[in-house]
Formats: sequence, C-alpha cells, structure tokens
Amino acid sequence: MLVDYFQTMREYRVPCSIREYLDLISALKNHLAFADLDDFYQISRICLVKDERHFDKFDKAFAHYFEGIDRLDEILTSAKGIPEDWMKSEFERLFSKEELEAIESQGGFDELMKKFRERLEEQEKRHRGGNKMIGTGGTSPFGADGFNPEGMRVEQGRSRHKKAIKVWEQRNYRNLDDDVELGIRNIKVALRRLRKFARQGAAEELDLDDTISSTANNAGFLDIKLVPERHNAVKVLLFFDIGGTMDPFVRICEELFSAAKTEFKHMETFYFHNCLYESVWKDNRRRSNERTQTWDILRKFTKDYKVVFIGDAMMAPYEVTHVGGSVEHWNDEPGSVWLERMKEHFSKVVWLNPVPDTQWGWSGSLNAIRDIMKDDMFPLTINGLEDAMRELSR
Amino acid sequence: MKFTGTEEYVATSELQMAVNAAITLQRPLLIKGEPGTGKTMLAEQLAEALGTPLIQWHIKSTTKAHQGLYEYDAVSRLRDSQLGNEGVKDISNYIKKGKLWEAFTGDKPPVLLIDEIDKADIEFPNDLLLELDKMEFFVYETQERIVAKHRPIIIITSNNEKELPDAFLRRCFFHYIDFPDKDTMQKIVDVHFPDIKKSLLAEAMDVFFDLRKVPGLKKKPSTSELVDWLKLLLADDVDPDTLRSKETAIPPLYGAMVKNEQDVELLQKLAFMSRRKG
Repeated sequence: MLVDYFQTMREYRVPCSIREYLDLISALKNHLAFADLDDFYQISRICLVKDERHFDKFDKAFAHYFEGIDRLDEILTSAKGIPEDWMKSEFERLFSKEELEAIESQGGFDELMKKFRERLEEQEKRHRGGNKMIGTGGTSPFGADGFNPEGMRVEQGRSRHKKAIKVWEQRNYRNLDDDVELGIRNIKVALRRLRKFARQGAAEELDLDDTISSTANNAGFLDIKLVPERHNAVKVLLFFDIGGTMDPFVRICEELFSAAKTEFKHMETFYFHNCLYESVWKDNRRRSNERTQTWDILRKFTKDYKVVFIGDAMMAPYEVTHVGGSVEHWNDEPGSVWLERMKEHFSKVVWLNPVPDTQWGWSGSLNAIRDIMKDDMFPLTINGLEDAMRELSR
Repeated sequence: MKFTGTEEYVATSELQMAVNAAITLQRPLLIKGEPGTGKTMLAEQLAEALGTPLIQWHIKSTTKAHQGLYEYDAVSRLRDSQLGNEGVKDISNYIKKGKLWEAFTGDKPPVLLIDEIDKADIEFPNDLLLELDKMEFFVYETQERIVAKHRPIIIITSNNEKELPDAFLRRCFFHYIDFPDKDTMQKIVDVHFPDIKKSLLAEAMDVFFDLRKVPGLKKKPSTSELVDWLKLLLADDVDPDTLRSKETAIPPLYGAMVKNEQDVELLQKLAFMSRRKG
C-alpha cells in the first residue's frame, strides 16, 4: 500500500524512513483520513515530514505523484508577467550611475525594457548563441553568459566565465538546505576540533575532590563545593558568499553548512555577495528587504567569536579595493575596509576557499583578500579545514 | 476523543488533524511556528477540551533530561545522616519525582507540555528517546521500573533555536503553525472580542497586516501582539477614522505591536517620508 507514494517522497529527498511510512499506514488504518485528498495531504505531511524546511520538497513530490506536474522551472515565461514599474525600480537598484548613463546611450530604460519585452514576445523557444534573442551566450544585451557590457543577465544556473557584470536573477535559492549530512562525516570531524570545553556560568556540579578536602578541613562536617559545568563554549559566526561566481560552489557550501549546524553552541550565519560590505543578510529569500548592518554585527558580537568566511574571492579587483566597486549597489566604503574592520574586531578570522589552492595565483582579488586575511585563507579540503580549525582554536 | 478547538482557541483543520493523529496513535506532537502563534496555548486548551490535567515542563538552558524523570537529592541525605535523622535509611525519601514521572502515574492520561525544547542542551532530546518511545524508565537508586499507566498526550514546542536530532524527530508527529491568514485571524479576534465594532476591526486588521509587510522590521507583530493591541484600542475607544488615516502617521498605541526601538524608529521614518510625499 502506497509504496510508490513513499518511493516518490524518497526520490524527492524528503527525509522519511520506514518508521514514518508505517506511521502513515496506521494513521490511515485508524481512519484519520479517508477518501479525501486534502485530508490525505495533511495526514501524510504530519507523519512524513518533521521539519518545515522539507515542506517544499514534500509539496513538489506530492504534486508529482498525484498530478504529474512537470518539474521544470518557468522563470523565463514568468518574466512576461512582471509589471513594468517593478522591473524599472529593480533596475535602478541594481545598476550604478555610470551604468545607467551607458544604458541611456542605448536609448534609455524605456527603450531597453521595450526591446526586452518585444524579444520575449518574439521568442518562443530556448535560445543559444546569436546576437539578438534572449538566451544563453551570444552578444545580445539580454540573457546570460553574454559579452555585451551593457547587457542584463537573465536567470541562469551557473556562469561559464565566472564574471558577470550584473546578475539579474531570481535569487530565490532555497535557503541553504542542509540535507547533505551523510557525505560529510569528515568535514564534521575536522570541525569538531573547534570544540573547546570551558567552565563558565553558574556553579552547579559537585567538585568531589574539593568537597572531600574541605569537609576534612571542616572537622568532618559536610562542606559542599560546586564548580560550573563544562559545556561547549565555542561561538562562531559564518559568512557565506552566495550568488554569481559562487554558484558552482554552492553545493560544497551546503555541505559545510549542514555539518556546522549541530556542532556549536552559538552559531550565526550571514550571507554576502562576493565581498563584505556595509550590510549582510540572514535569509536568502528576503535578502533585499531584511538586511543586517555590518556595524551591528561588530557591536553585537564580542571579540571571542570565531569568524569564518566561505567564499571563492573571485571577483573584479575593484570590488575589493574601490568605493562603489560592488556589483549590486553603491558602497560608500570599499570591501577591504570592511574586511579589515572584521579582522581588527574579532581575534580569530579565517577565510575558507572552495577554489583549489593551486589556482590561487591567478586572481587579483583573491590575493588582495588573502593579504587582508594575513594568509589565513585555506582551501576547502579536509586538510585545509584542519589547518583552519587549528588556526581558530589556537 | 476528538479535538476541534475550544471557545477561546481557533484550531485550523490541519492543526486538528495533527492533534487527533497524535492522540490516536499515541505519539508526541512537535509544534513549531513563529513566536506568538499559540503553541503553548494549544496544550492548555487541549487539556481543557479533553478535561484532563495539564502538566507543564518548561525547559531552560540548564534543564537536564533526567530532571524530568526524577532527582536524587544526595546532598540533603548526607546532611541528614550527619544530623542523625530517622528517614535517612529509606532512599526513596530523597527521590523527587519529575514531570514525566508525574505524567506517567496520574489517574487520567494527562496532557504533558514540554515547552521550548530547543532551549536545552543538544543532548537533551536524545536523552528522552527511550522514555518517550516506551513510556517507561528505571530508577537506579530504588531499583524500580516506572511504567506509564496511561500514555500521556505529549505536546512539545520548539522555537527553532536549535536543530533537533533525527532519531528524536522520527518519534514525533510534526506540525508547523503557519501565520494565520486574514480569515483565520478574523475568527481568532472574534473569539477574543465578540463585541468589537466591525469597522474598527476591519481597519485594525488592515493596519496590522500592512505593518507585517513593512520590510526590515526586526520583529514582526504576531497574533498575541494583535490581540493586545486590540485590547488597548478598545480600552481607549479609538475611532476607526483615526486608523484609516494611517498614511500620515504611525498607528496609535503602536507600542503594543512594535517592541523594538529600532523598529519604532524605522516606522517613524517611514511615516515622516509618507507625510512629506503627501
């Protein structure tokens, strides 16, 4: 009964085991749901899914099983439905002043938008190459992976040149989903090195040795001595680079993220794009409206927090060194200033880089950041992790 | 035994389904959701609806799993032995029952609320696996096995501050209380304020949902804050028109809904900007 259903759930990586499956069967046996799809949806979600993180996967699997709804994303087609005002404001936010002027030279926003819409209308099939249609490659101002400096970038999974001047994507990556737990035992082991046991807090554990000696000193009358309990006192701040050049590495980052989540007592995660600037965000779905000021982080977290950056540090060099260098917004202070501030405030800062260290010599921005990090940049391998953790716990 | 919400508590059909599944299949029910969506309230109302006692176990960062079972007070026994007290021979005098023990031995199957389980140490849920599964535990000091007379209905709440281990999750049913939509919200308000003026309510709800949409708020107002705010509005007898003019100012008595000075500042800025626009 319902074996296929269960298999579909597993296929979509909803983490459910035989036990949950049997639960569902016995729930149905007890007539908690009968001949009603809505009820069945509810009861099977209650039984099979144990975390709201997996609701999305469950919904997709459910839809697939019952209606065979296709799994393709329809981002390009949905672009037709985007209201003009919204798009315009989005553009104004994304492009810098200079770029806006450059766009003006091609006939301005309205012209660009008009062209974009026309192309969308004209275009029916997926398009590659060429110099007019929206698609991948090519020199048209629209689409991804192109070479036109004034181009705008339409959703595309990963970029081939690893340098996109502007990224216009629907950045609704699901929040770094941490269901890759199993492949990463070794990362976990490396991170465990960071665990440091310290005694702090209220005294509440019996100190036997001290109690015996002080009871003896007290002429045999009981004198209880207590010590604070040991607990994991390592506090960590994680900063993930997300979007753009990091996309090919997102999977590795996810692994690291899921390994780290259970390891520390205090851990907070923030996201940034390419380089650290005046604000970061905690929830990637709401990155545009819920940002945290970097100053707030510097004020809120004490210097004993250990800071780990995870990013490939591959970007245009001016993104690190120049005012206004950011690809997404106007930054009043260069990224290097913010990195220096972090380095200054927190006593332990390391940068983990998924790019193999044999390739590090080739990127100017990488070396600029490495300079700021005072060589505390490590490749994202087991050895690199071990070195990084040794550095952090020193 | 079917739970369908109470006079004071509006339960969505999904929540009812989850609670009834947990009762029928005798599994703990794990409840998550935004703060203020009535997670703790659920246990209270469930106990009331079923007419059984409610046993509450509030978890703190220092709570240990065995404290829920029993505690052996060795220190006071030592002291008593020095003072030559009589009861010292019987070790069971120094065993204090915990909340789980209490729940296991009650006359009726009680509702046991384990509140904010994520506040405790990472090991805490793991230490309760067997107890929740078999509903029994062993007291080493007295060599006695405590088995539940009736399996209690267990409601566990979590605010998602820590990840719960898989083995633990597998033993629970799970329900995520979504933030109520406008209709459900209307019902909730009706339950709390049956005689609220219709127009005032409509305006207040608009303001409330608008406020939740303001980007960048550190803490979005939730159901319990809305209820508090409505209480204040009623007490102050605020005119619906005052609410309607929301374009020009921040909502009256906003202190009930916005509890963070940075948020207040943000709202004031926004209000100032919209006034200038106007």
